[in-house]
Amino acid sequence: MAALVIAEHDNRLIRSGTLNAVSAATKLGGEVHVLVAGHQCGAAAAAAKQIAGIAKVRVADAPQYKDGLAESLAALVVSIAKEYTHILTPATTFGKNFLPRVAALLDVAQISDVVAVENPDTFVRPIYAGNAMATVQSSDRIKVITVRTTAFDAAAASGGSATVEPVAPAADAAQSKMLGQELTKSERPELAGAKIVVSGGRGVGSAENFKLVGQLADKMGAALGASRAAVDAGFAPNDYQVGQTGKIVAPDLYVAVGISGAIQHLAGMKDSRVIVAINKDADAPIFQVADYGLVADLFQAVPELISELDKK
Amino acid sequence: MTREAMEFDVVIVGGGPAGLSAAIRLKQIASEAERDISVCLIEKGSEIGAHIISGAVMDPRALTELLPSWKEDGAPLKIPVTEDRFLFLSEKGSFRVPNFLLPPVFQNHGNYVVSLSNVCRWLGQQAEALGVEVYAGFAGQEVLYDENGAVKGVATSDMGVGKDGKPTEAYQPGVELLAKYTLFAEGCRGHLGRQLETRFKLHDGTEPQVYGIGIKELWEIAPEKHRPGLVMHTAGWPLPSDTYGGSFLYHFENNLVAIGLVVGLGYSNPYLSPFEEFQRYKKHPEIRQFLEGGRRVGYGARAITAGGLQALPKLVFPGGGLVGDDAGFLNAARIKGSHAAIKSGMLAAEAVAQALAQGRRRDQLEAYPKGFQTSWLREELYRARNFKPWMSGNLWFGSFMFGIDQMLLRGKAPWTLHLKPDHTKLKKASECEPISYPKPDGVLTFDRLSSVFLSNTNHEENQPSHLTLKDPTVPIRVNLDLYAAPETRYCPAAVYEIVRDAAGKNPRLQINAQNCVHCKTCDIKDPTQNIVWVAPQGGEGPVYVNM
Amino acid sequence: MKILVAVKRVVDFNVKVRVKSDNSGVETANLKMSMNPFDEIAVEEAIKLKEAGSATEIVAVSMGPAACQETLRSAMAMGADRAILVQTDVELQPLAVAKLLHAILKKENPQLVILGKQAIDDDSNQTGQMLAALANLPQGTFASKVKLSGDGVEVTREIDGGLETVALKLPAIITTDLRLNTPRYVTLPNIMKAKKKPLETMTPESLGVDVKPRLKTLKVQEPPKRKPGAKVADVKELVAKLRSEAKVI
Repeated sequence: MAALVIAEHDNRLIRSGTLNAVSAATKLGGEVHVLVAGHQCGAAAAAAKQIAGIAKVRVADAPQYKDGLAESLAALVVSIAKEYTHILTPATTFGKNFLPRVAALLDVAQISDVVAVENPDTFVRPIYAGNAMATVQSSDRIKVITVRTTAFDAAAASGGSATVEPVAPAADAAQSKMLGQELTKSERPELAGAKIVVSGGRGVGSAENFKLVGQLADKMGAALGASRAAVDAGFAPNDYQVGQTGKIVAPDLYVAVGISGAIQHLAGMKDSRVIVAINKDADAPIFQVADYGLVADLFQAVPELISELDKK
Repeated sequence: MTREAMEFDVVIVGGGPAGLSAAIRLKQIASEAERDISVCLIEKGSEIGAHIISGAVMDPRALTELLPSWKEDGAPLKIPVTEDRFLFLSEKGSFRVPNFLLPPVFQNHGNYVVSLSNVCRWLGQQAEALGVEVYAGFAGQEVLYDENGAVKGVATSDMGVGKDGKPTEAYQPGVELLAKYTLFAEGCRGHLGRQLETRFKLHDGTEPQVYGIGIKELWEIAPEKHRPGLVMHTAGWPLPSDTYGGSFLYHFENNLVAIGLVVGLGYSNPYLSPFEEFQRYKKHPEIRQFLEGGRRVGYGARAITAGGLQALPKLVFPGGGLVGDDAGFLNAARIKGSHAAIKSGMLAAEAVAQALAQGRRRDQLEAYPKGFQTSWLREELYRARNFKPWMSGNLWFGSFMFGIDQMLLRGKAPWTLHLKPDHTKLKKASECEPISYPKPDGVLTFDRLSSVFLSNTNHEENQPSHLTLKDPTVPIRVNLDLYAAPETRYCPAAVYEIVRDAAGKNPRLQINAQNCVHCKTCDIKDPTQNIVWVAPQGGEGPVYVNM
Repeated sequence: MKILVAVKRVVDFNVKVRVKSDNSGVETANLKMSMNPFDEIAVEEAIKLKEAGSATEIVAVSMGPAACQETLRSAMAMGADRAILVQTDVELQPLAVAKLLHAILKKENPQLVILGKQAIDDDSNQTGQMLAALANLPQGTFASKVKLSGDGVEVTREIDGGLETVALKLPAIITTDLRLNTPRYVTLPNIMKAKKKPLETMTPESLGVDVKPRLKTLKVQEPPKRKPGAKVADVKELVAKLRSEAKVI
C-alpha cells in the first residue's frame, strides 16, 4: 500500500496545504511519496524532501507543468498512478481543479474534501454545505482523494529525509494556456478566501465606529465582514455581510466583534476553525460557539487588542 | 411600460385548498360537458404548499365530494384520528374534560391528522393532471378592472425592482392575466381580497372579520412517546381568561408532532407576545411530556379568520368572487377550515362554469352565494356562529355558554352575537402591565430568530419592503409612544424592531422584511391600520415542509 | 455554435436539511426541489452567449428520475432550446454522470459544455473535470468570466489567491462559480413556451453506460456541534492563547 501526494507549490516553496494532505496520507499506514511537478522547480523539490514522514519525492520538471494546468498535470499523475493505492492532494482550487481528471482517466471515483480517515477505504466528508457528514467506503482499486486542509494537522516541514527521483514528463496536452494571474494585493484580502476574518455587528454602533473594526482587520491582515444587523443599520456595505443571506466563509480564524450570534449569522461562519467573540453581553448566543470568548466593551477591548498584537 | 397580457376563461389567485379545489372542479365540469374551460392558477410561494401551514385535523367530507377516489389516488390523508383530548390548563395543573361532555365540534372521529401543505401539493398534482395551468412563484400584485369597473383579471408582480423602486438589471415586468371570471383564494387577509372588500363594499351589513394568529412548530419526538392519531386541544393557561385562544397538539406520522397555539388578535394588552405565550405553554407538564427528548424541526405562523358566518362578506362582485379564507369560511368552533375552503371553491367553480356555459362574462356570480345558502357548509357555520363571540368574552363563562349553545340548543340559539374589529381593542400601554416572559432555554423554548430560521423564509434583499406604511411617522408618534410598539411583539418573525442610536436616542422602526413569513398579523392588528401588507415579488417567503 | 448545459435537480437551497434519525441519510421526502444554483448560472451564461450571437443552440441535459423533467423545463423557460433527460432511478455519482455526458457529447458535438462547479447536495466538484478528461478536452473551472476569442475561449477563474485567466481551444468544458452572472427570473410566458419545446428521454442502457455507484455511504451524521470554548479574562490572555494554543496568529 502506498500513497502519492501531489504537491501544490510555486516552483520555489511548498504550499502549506500539501503538508495537511501529507498528514492525511500518513494515516493510511503505508509509504507516502510526494510528487512535485513544475518547471525549474528544484527548490520546491528540495523543500519537499524535508517534509517529515515521507519516503520519496518524485520530480517532473518540464515547461508544461509550470502553471499547474490541469490537463498536463493529470496526464502525468496517471502515468505513475498504478504504483499507488491512494492519490491525494489538498482540496484547494489547485487540487480540486485537476484531480477529478485523474480519477476519470483511472476509471475510479474521487472522494472530495475528506475530513477524516477511518481506514484505508473509508472516509468522512461533508455534504449539504457541511450540514451533514457522510462516511463513505470505496471499493475501487485506487482511491483518489482531495483533503480538507483544516481537518488535518500539518506534517512537519522539516526533519524528513526523503530520496528524490525524477519522473519522465508526460506529453504536453497543449489544449490550454495560462494567460495571466491577478493575485490580490493584500491591502485587505477578499472575504471569500481569507484566512482570517474580522466582523463587526450592531454593537459597533455606527459607520464611524466601524473603522475601528477595520483597523483590527488590517492589523491582523484579515478580511473585513459584518453581520446583517450592521449592514441594515448602515454601518457597513452590503458585500461585507457574512451569514445565511450573505457570504459563507470558513477561515482559520473568525473574530466576531459586537455580534450577538443569531443563527442566521452563524450559518455563514460556523465552519471557521477558530471563533473568537468580543461582546459585552455575556448571554449573547455567539458565546455558545466561540472557542475564545471575551466579555468586554468592544470600544476598550479592540484598541487593546490592536496594541497587544503589535508586541512580539 | 406595457405588460404582456394573456387570456383565460378563469384566473385563480392562490394555490391553497380553496383555489386548487375551484380549479379542479372547473376542469371536472368542463370534461363532463365536453367543453374546454381554460384555468390559470397563480401562487406566490415557490411551489404549491410552500406557504401552507395549518394544524391540521381534516374533515374529509369536502375532499370526498371533490375527488371520491382520493384514498386510492394516494392523497396524504393517512393518519386517522384515534383519540380526542380536551384539557383546561392552569399554570401547573390541568383538568381533562370527559369525552362525553365534549360538544360534537370537538369530536374528531372520521377525521385525519394531516400536513395541509402536503395535501395541497397533492391537490396541485391533481389539478395539473386535469390540465389546470399552475404557476408557482408568481404573486398576484394588482387587480385589473375593465371599463365598466368589473374585475377583468390580475397582474403579477414585477420582478427585479430595487429597494429604491427602480428596475435593476434583473428586471422583468409582471404579466396581465385576463379572465372572464377571477377567483381570489389568497387565504386569510389576502391583500387583493382586502382591496376588493373596500372597493365593492363587501362588508356592508356584515359583522367585521376577526382573527387569531396561529403559531406552529413541528417536532420529531421520541418514538415511545408518539401516538399517531392522538389529537389534543387545550384552553386556559397561559392565556389570560379574557383572551381568545387555545392550543393544539396532533400526533402525525414518522414520529412527528404538530404543536401550536392560536391567540385571538382581539387581545387588549399591547405587551402580549403570542410567540412568547406559545413558547412558555410548551413547558406545561401535560405538553412537555411529549416534547422532551425530541427535537424541533419546523416553525411557522399564519393569521386565521375566526368570525364565522356573521363575518362573511358578500362573496361576489362583478367579474369574480372570494373563496376559502379570503372570505373567511373557517369554522372556528371546529378549528377546521380546509374542508370549508374546498367546499367553497367547488361552489364558486360550479357558479362560474354555469355562467360560462351561458356565454356570460365579468358579471355577478349570484349562483355562488345562492349555492352556499343551501349547502351543508352554511348549515355547519350557522350552528357554530356564536362560538367566537362567547369565547372572546371570558373563557369560563364563554365555554359554559358555548357548551349550552351547542349541547342544549344544538347551535340553533335564537340569537347571533356581535363582533368588534381586533385592531380597535388594543389598550394604551400606560393602562396595561408589561408581561415578563421567561428567557428561552434552547431545548423546549426558543428565540424568534432561530425559529424563523426553520421556516426557510427568504426574500431578495434588494427590493422595496412589502410591509408598507401609510404614514411613516405613525410607528413612533403613535405605535411607540402610545402602545409601546406592539408590532415588535406580535410579529412571529421579528420583522419589526425599534432601534436607537448609540446614545439610546432617536428611535426608529426598522423593518426586517426578509424575515417575514407572510402571516398578515401586522396588517390586522396595527391599531391605526397603518401597516399594509402587500405581496413581495413571487417565489419568496417561507418554504414550509410537512406543515 | 452549440452549447450543452448540464443541470441537476437538488433540494432547494433555502430549505434546511436534517439527518434522518437512523443515520441512513438526509431526510429529503416532501422537500422542495430546484435547479442547482450553480447550474442556473451555467444556463444563464449559455443564454447570454446566444443573445450575443455567439451560440445558435442551447441543449439542456439532466439525469435522474422522471421528476428531473421539471428542472429541464425550467432550463428551457430560461432560454434553452431543447432538453435531454437520461432517466434512471439509480443513485448517480459524478463518474457515472460524466460518462453519460460523454456519451451525449459524442452524439451532440457541442463546442462548449457548461456545468455548475458543484451540486449543493453532494458538494463533490468533480463532474465537469471528469467529463473533460474522458472527452480529452481542456477545462476552465470555477469561471467568473467567459469570453469567446477567435476559435477559443478565455476563462477567468477564481482561485485561492485571486484570479487567473486561461485560454482554451474549443471544444472546451467550463464550470461556473458564483460570481459569473446573476440568473434571470423566469417569466410566465416563457414557462408556457417551454412546455412546447422538445424534451427527449433516454436511458443509461441506451447510451451503453454502466452507472453503478462506486462509493457506498455507510452512514450520515450531524456535524459535530461546536461546543462553547472558554472565556478569557482579558485581551492579553486572548492573544496569548491565539498564539500558543490555537496557533492561528
